[in-house]
Amino acid sequence: MKGLKIIVLAKQVPDTRNVGKDAMKADGTVNRAVLPAIFNPEDLNALELALRVKDTIPGTTVTILTMGPGRAAEIIREGLYRGADGGILLTDRAFAGSDTLATSYALSQTIKEMGKFDLIIAGRQAIDGDTAQVGPQVAEKLGINQITYVEEILQLEKSGIKVRRRLDNGVETVKAPLPILLTVNSSAPDCRSRNAKLLMKYKHARTVTERQDAAEDYLFLYDSRPFLNIQEMTVSMIQSEPDQLGLTGSPTKVKRIENVILQAKDAKRLTAADEGINDLMKELIDSHVIG
Amino acid sequence: MNNLFVYCEVEDGVVADVSLELLTKGRSLANELKCQLEAVIIGAGLKETEKQVIPYGTDVVHIIDDPRLAPYTTAPHASVLIKLFQEEKPQIALMGATPIGRDLGPRVSSALHSGLTADCTSLEIGDHEDKKAGKIYKNLLYQIRPAFGGNIIAWIINPDCRPQMATVREGVMRKQIINENYPSKINRLEVSKYVSDTDFAVQIIERHLEKRKVNIKGASIVVAGGYGVGSKENFKLLYELANVLGAEVGASRAAVDAGYADHERQIGQTGITVRPKLYIACGISGQVQHRAGMEESAQIISINTDPDAPINSLADYVITGDISEIIPKMIRYYKQNTK
Repeated sequence: MKGLKIIVLAKQVPDTRNVGKDAMKADGTVNRAVLPAIFNPEDLNALELALRVKDTIPGTTVTILTMGPGRAAEIIREGLYRGADGGILLTDRAFAGSDTLATSYALSQTIKEMGKFDLIIAGRQAIDGDTAQVGPQVAEKLGINQITYVEEILQLEKSGIKVRRRLDNGVETVKAPLPILLTVNSSAPDCRSRNAKLLMKYKHARTVTERQDAAEDYLFLYDSRPFLNIQEMTVSMIQSEPDQLGLTGSPTKVKRIENVILQAKDAKRLTAADEGINDLMKELIDSHVIG
Repeated sequence: MNNLFVYCEVEDGVVADVSLELLTKGRSLANELKCQLEAVIIGAGLKETEKQVIPYGTDVVHIIDDPRLAPYTTAPHASVLIKLFQEEKPQIALMGATPIGRDLGPRVSSALHSGLTADCTSLEIGDHEDKKAGKIYKNLLYQIRPAFGGNIIAWIINPDCRPQMATVREGVMRKQIINENYPSKINRLEVSKYVSDTDFAVQIIERHLEKRKVNIKGASIVVAGGYGVGSKENFKLLYELANVLGAEVGASRAAVDAGYADHERQIGQTGITVRPKLYIACGISGQVQHRAGMEESAQIISINTDPDAPINSLADYVITGDISEIIPKMIRYYKQNTK
């Protein structure tokens, strides 16, 4: 079988476990600039499934597509270190404030510019929203089928793909023709770690914008080694209707946000001392809460 | 036209609890909006399945019955909803935030260019003023959910696109029968008008589904552990306490992610919602997503080494200390006092 063309959809996400007070802007959107950013965990699982196909079917190429601010190029480099062949950063102010639908529109219009593909693989959901919507919405916009919650590709042939899905209460084996979009669960294998050779090869990989800030000593590299160019795409490079983009193209709006402020109840306070715990258990038994 | 629709999930002829809960919520929202509540049931061998949804106050039941429509696959169910929604133009469409609802919802919302909010913890009706455009929107659906790591609660609206779509987890809403003989209209849909052969390209070869082993939702006492429990080994203490009290064991997402407990025990916005008589939170800090799944518990005990853990603000009893010391004492004094 000849090599497949695989697109991995990935997102750089704020590490929501370490969020400060200034994490949200006044308009209710996320202030990404102040947050530590990571490769969305399930997108790494997606990358691993793609790389496994590349391992078994020679000639397969894996391209990472991500939409985000300039610094999202970091996750493309992360992907290159692990075995991806290339990446595209879709970045433009026109995409700011996109909800899942406007994001899916921008991604699908970009995929249309990328030519023929066999497989799109994405993480099930991103940890900053947990919506799990972008994968299925991209599939719908491209008019292809989707298989969600995939944990393993069992078989891949010209005629189609066979995968195992992990559901809340069991597993399903499903087959479908190509092209198709898969979303991948965290129950899929963890992504391989960085490869030392690839790290050396790609550590100077940059987008055109990043290159403007790069040390001059390295600038000659980008002409002689084209693989170090991370492709950057802007809104002008895709076909799009302006009213489908960004905040305007987002049907959902944030009406208001409220910071979570806790009003403490008048709780009884205890320690590990025996007497207090004995009294507590008595009280719960007497009031028939337990026992 | 302009009614409230609930997509009902069916497995082995039984309508899912989450769908009945949404019908109950849908009924009260429909009353507020003075519109009708309509259910959509898509499946195979749907003999009298409508009888399961009518008692919840369903005005219209749309049924589409074909052997190929069960078990669920994405494309045919999406095709039915897209076509039906284009004809009926609902103002609101609700579905469970289940593996099925989360697969189907985005597909339908994309095709209809309508907004979808996942995992809502509350749904309300209210107005919205767009000051920039000088427009006032009446009776929108407020889709309320924690966002962004639980640091905020967001009110999401879809001012201009219909239907306003939302998914809700099982157990978040309560189901309530209003009338066994509620007057309802049945609308049987002709399969060929809604589904085409190309919708069946994805085929299920094999399925292994297990009945849920744990019943945390129905437990009157829940002993739940968080990341602060520290290890899978320490979680055994929670099982011991649960065993003695006749309780179920739950876990926070952090504990599940750390591998201390199985996913099916996860309590919170993206897990199960519980309302037990007693909730014992062990080493749980109490992020808002977790609290969304347990804050309606009648009584709450929080055991935490941090005297200022956010969960303590919900608690009736705050025990400051180490669970490895406190839980054995709770077991001992429970046994002594019940002898």
